[in-house]
Amino acid sequence: MRGIVKRFPGVYANDHVDFDLRRGEIHALLGENGAGKSTLMNILAGLYRADGGSIVIAGQPCAFRSPQDAIAAGIGMVYQHFMLIPSQSVTENVILGLREPRWSLNLSQADQKVVALGKQFSLKVDPRAKIWQLSVGEQQRVEILKMLYRGVQILIMDEPTAVLTPIEVRDLFAILRAMAAENRSIVFISHKLDEVLAIADRITVMRGGKVTAAGLDPRSVNKSELARLMVGRDIEFQLERLPYRPSPVVLDVQSLEAASDKQLPALRGINLQVHSGEIVGIAGVAGNGQTELAEVITGLRPKTAGQVLINGQALKDHDVLQAINTGVGHVPEDRSRVGTAPTLGIADNLIMKSYRRPPIASGWRLNRREARAQASQLKDDYAIAAPSLDTEARLLSGGNLQRLILARETSAKPSLLVAVHPTRGLDVGATEAVLRLLIRQRDAGAALLLISEDLDEIMSVSDRVAVMYEGRISAVMETRQANTETIGLLMGGSTLSS
Amino acid sequence: MTTPTPYSLLPTPTPRASPRRFAFPYRLELEPRMTTPRWLPWATSLGSVVFALVVGGLVLAYVGGDPIDAYAHIFNAAFGNPGVLSDTLVKASPLILTGLACLIAFRARLWNIGAEGQFFIGAFGATFVVQQMFDKDASPWLVIPTMALMGFACGALWGAIPGFLRGRFGVNEIITTLMMNYIAFFWNDFFIYGRWSDRGFQLTPTFPKNAWMPRLSDFADQFPAFSGITIHAGLFLGLAATVAIAYLLFRTRWGYEIRLIGDNARAAEYAGINIVRNTVFVLALSGGLAGLAGMAEVSGVVHRLQERISPGYGFTAIIVAWLAKLNPWAVIPVAIVFGGLIIGSREIQPSGLSRMLQGIVLFAIIGSEILNRYRVRLVRAQLSQSL
Repeated sequence: MRGIVKRFPGVYANDHVDFDLRRGEIHALLGENGAGKSTLMNILAGLYRADGGSIVIAGQPCAFRSPQDAIAAGIGMVYQHFMLIPSQSVTENVILGLREPRWSLNLSQADQKVVALGKQFSLKVDPRAKIWQLSVGEQQRVEILKMLYRGVQILIMDEPTAVLTPIEVRDLFAILRAMAAENRSIVFISHKLDEVLAIADRITVMRGGKVTAAGLDPRSVNKSELARLMVGRDIEFQLERLPYRPSPVVLDVQSLEAASDKQLPALRGINLQVHSGEIVGIAGVAGNGQTELAEVITGLRPKTAGQVLINGQALKDHDVLQAINTGVGHVPEDRSRVGTAPTLGIADNLIMKSYRRPPIASGWRLNRREARAQASQLKDDYAIAAPSLDTEARLLSGGNLQRLILARETSAKPSLLVAVHPTRGLDVGATEAVLRLLIRQRDAGAALLLISEDLDEIMSVSDRVAVMYEGRISAVMETRQANTETIGLLMGGSTLSS
Repeated sequence: MTTPTPYSLLPTPTPRASPRRFAFPYRLELEPRMTTPRWLPWATSLGSVVFALVVGGLVLAYVGGDPIDAYAHIFNAAFGNPGVLSDTLVKASPLILTGLACLIAFRARLWNIGAEGQFFIGAFGATFVVQQMFDKDASPWLVIPTMALMGFACGALWGAIPGFLRGRFGVNEIITTLMMNYIAFFWNDFFIYGRWSDRGFQLTPTFPKNAWMPRLSDFADQFPAFSGITIHAGLFLGLAATVAIAYLLFRTRWGYEIRLIGDNARAAEYAGINIVRNTVFVLALSGGLAGLAGMAEVSGVVHRLQERISPGYGFTAIIVAWLAKLNPWAVIPVAIVFGGLIIGSREIQPSGLSRMLQGIVLFAIIGSEILNRYRVRLVRAQLSQSL
């Protein structure tokens, strides 16, 4: 790819980017969110069209008009969000959308081909299994199989490890290496430095739509150099904090049970305490009840048994307001669909929790001047970058939106702050800012419950770590005494035998 | 990773530089707008009306009329002199109230399609007061406020029922509000055909004077200019309601909650707002406003309950609310335009013109929403990737 240019409103997503990929290599494309790495690869995969530049594949200039064109040219992309049909089998998903066979569908023949492909690249998947029965890691393998079935020579993986457990990540790396050994080329998009160093043959770093370093040898760079290339400044991996001195219990969860949206048991007897001045991290693979736990504690989901005490006060069901008034702050998992109102302005979004109390409320009226004054103060204090207080929330970047939510949730000085995936999708700089804010709350004496998919983050921020598996807490330990390997095993369902 | 062997395994990577198909040399590009200029929603609303007028003009021309002439005629018939302007404002009065009714529900993203039924049931409530509660000697200061209260309450009930069903059981309010229109129509029929029928005709006896809301023409003795001006207190009720709704939406806690629910109900729930209660209350307020319009119409214009008290105010209200971009202040001018359309198009054939224009306006206004959110550009299609 030479001189690729892609403009989006107001920005150059790709500003004359060059990128080359060799046969049989794993090439990591590293960069923060918004650096333009996904855009570049979407152009290669035919989803976007470049505004300028050229693509040459094996000496042939190409212009893709659609993903089909790209696949025909041997280029396939696996997205972060899988595109699979839950009620259909693996094979059915793999052959979905293919022109051949035209009329008759010979599924068992296709099954065999899927199995054969799986063997070739050590991708173990039962072709007859339905997608909904598979774990996230297995679903990802189906996506890879889909591409292999189509004869893809260049496979682009967009942040493939974001949804995986450490063990699944190891399996994925083995698969990628097997593919590279078979002379296929892989582009590995990521913003996680450790991973990139572990898997890549070469590394290209992007920042602000430009390439800052091309084709680096992972043996000749270290983590902090990469981080600097990616962010443009030095990043601290160790955040400052006060020594760990847990004080009284703030959150006390007692044999809590609750159902999922599908009315299946999601929490099966949770016992957990969080003290003032500590961060308890909940590690676990997505879908093991973490979301439900956060929702029950914040009053959004009714419990089916057990109870939740906050500062000794029992939480009632169907009463979010009580949780808010008891001092529970909540950084929700879904920033845009739960945490903010997209077409209301920043000011209206900032007063979502405080509009009932004076001085913003005066009787049944709303004191707009006071609301705007407070919002303006928060906007400055938390460095929310936006042209005005009336800027619609939907126009904010992920990092800014999260700052807005944190501003709202922490400014009320909560005694308990539940933060669910607070850094998901944020770049390194924004992640650092969010984690700093969380630690500041801890140091100020709040109890924090941190739910995250990112085990490294949990290990670096939490004082204690609890592992959730199938609606239960399988272990709680002090982070100092825990190691990533053990926790990874617990996340996969092993039990502590020692 | 040695010599770059061509990908011979590949199924022929054909360079697709020149497709044989005919390609339109331009394509539309949509860019999301970072900010929407203040004037733009007004411009698109106005554009929608112009668009409807052009399409309507084409139809008029097709059936052999002169569109310019027809529109001039409509305009004159609606706004040409104080007399017809007053008629237009009389038609605009219920449209303001029902338009606000739809607006407040739409703001909370509750699709109240039942303003027409709520209008009728409000008229019923007002008539009930006249027929059953007071005789003709009672003071109008007592009768008329009671009628207004009752009209509001009946409409509110008519709105609260679908609200409760939606909030408590998740029943789609579009269906229930629409269906309850018919219940309201036939409910009224039951009374005007039977119990309250005036000598077997399908209408009630004319209300006694103490149930008539004052008109400007009533004061023609003091102000001769008012003679023949039929504007009644309902217009002032509408203006007052506009102020009240605007205040409610932007200066009160409840209004903030309504806006939050409408923008993102999940966020509202997360903020501790009781969605069920608000659904009931918002639809009750919405129904109440439509009911008040019904009361104003029977008390200020018709002076009796009969079948045809509305040319579809409650349905036109949906268009009024959208054309006003859910801005309470804009409801007033929009309602006046539509009132003029109702008055004006009575004057010309084919008589369906006003309905047709309304339909096209709604169509255009929904379509034009994209202009407020995106910048549309026509760009020359190019094969940009192989420069």
